[in-house]
Amino acid sequence: MTSSRTPTLADPKPGRVRITGTLYRGNEGMWSWVLHRISGIGIYFFLLVHVLDTSLIRVSPEAYNAVIATYKNPIMGLGEVALVGAVVFHAMNGLRIIAVDAIPAATRIQRILFWVVIAVVIVLMAGFTPTHLINVFGEH
Amino acid sequence: MTATVESPRTPYAYPARSTGRRGPNLEKAGWIFMRASGVVLVVLIFGHLAYNLLFTPGGIQAIDFGFIGGKFANPLWQWWDVVMLWLAVLHGSNGMRTIVNDYVHREGLRRIALGAIASSAFILIALGTLITFTFDPCPTGVEAELLPSFCATR
Repeated sequence: MTSSRTPTLADPKPGRVRITGTLYRGNEGMWSWVLHRISGIGIYFFLLVHVLDTSLIRVSPEAYNAVIATYKNPIMGLGEVALVGAVVFHAMNGLRIIAVDAIPAATRIQRILFWVVIAVVIVLMAGFTPTHLINVFGEH
Repeated sequence: MTATVESPRTPYAYPARSTGRRGPNLEKAGWIFMRASGVVLVVLIFGHLAYNLLFTPGGIQAIDFGFIGGKFANPLWQWWDVVMLWLAVLHGSNGMRTIVNDYVHREGLRRIALGAIASSAFILIALGTLITFTFDPCPTGVEAELLPSFCATR
């Protein structure tokens, strides 16, 4: 990895800095890791809420319907697109992690695989988002 | 110019497994579990989302007590949801454990956080499993229009 340095009086024309070691800062590997953590934390907290709201089926139909109605709000509908996007990214990037761990050939192309993950996420979300937004915003 | 990066978190948590240590390697088991459960969860959660939000006419708008009642009348969906619940809660909790171990350096706070994650996991798994299998799709004293259609014929 290389990065530009600020010119100084002693070193007016600094070259590129080569950073060695185990660092992958700033590259696809780091973004894969950061996004995996952030999406994972978001999904975890949604999971806590989602188990509790579904548990209301044991309380009464009215209680469950009242809470699930909040999911049909347009703002929540947009949030659901973000949530599904986080799930789809976490899923596809998780498969990438497994491949990179297990298959030497995949390890060598891990940077390309990150962009493959992004492309697959975009394709899957292109399939999901229109249907969901029509359900959220359409006539019913 | 060359800058060498130090080995991360040398003085702290996650000690490498020492050679003298005995017993099962739980961190390795956890590592394998994250991968195995992850692959199964991709199938279960994509199926869950596709069925509820894409294939069901109306998607999110169609989800209500009657929808869940109809779905849980099928043991396949009961088991689908229970397996998904167990794997998702364990996978999520183990992920959160990793993150807490990475960022929470004060030992007392770390223990509290890990305890909260573990107790949340236990409560959600117990609650969700009990509810899925003790759920009554046709409770008495409720307007028929709130219930699955098959309740009328009982």
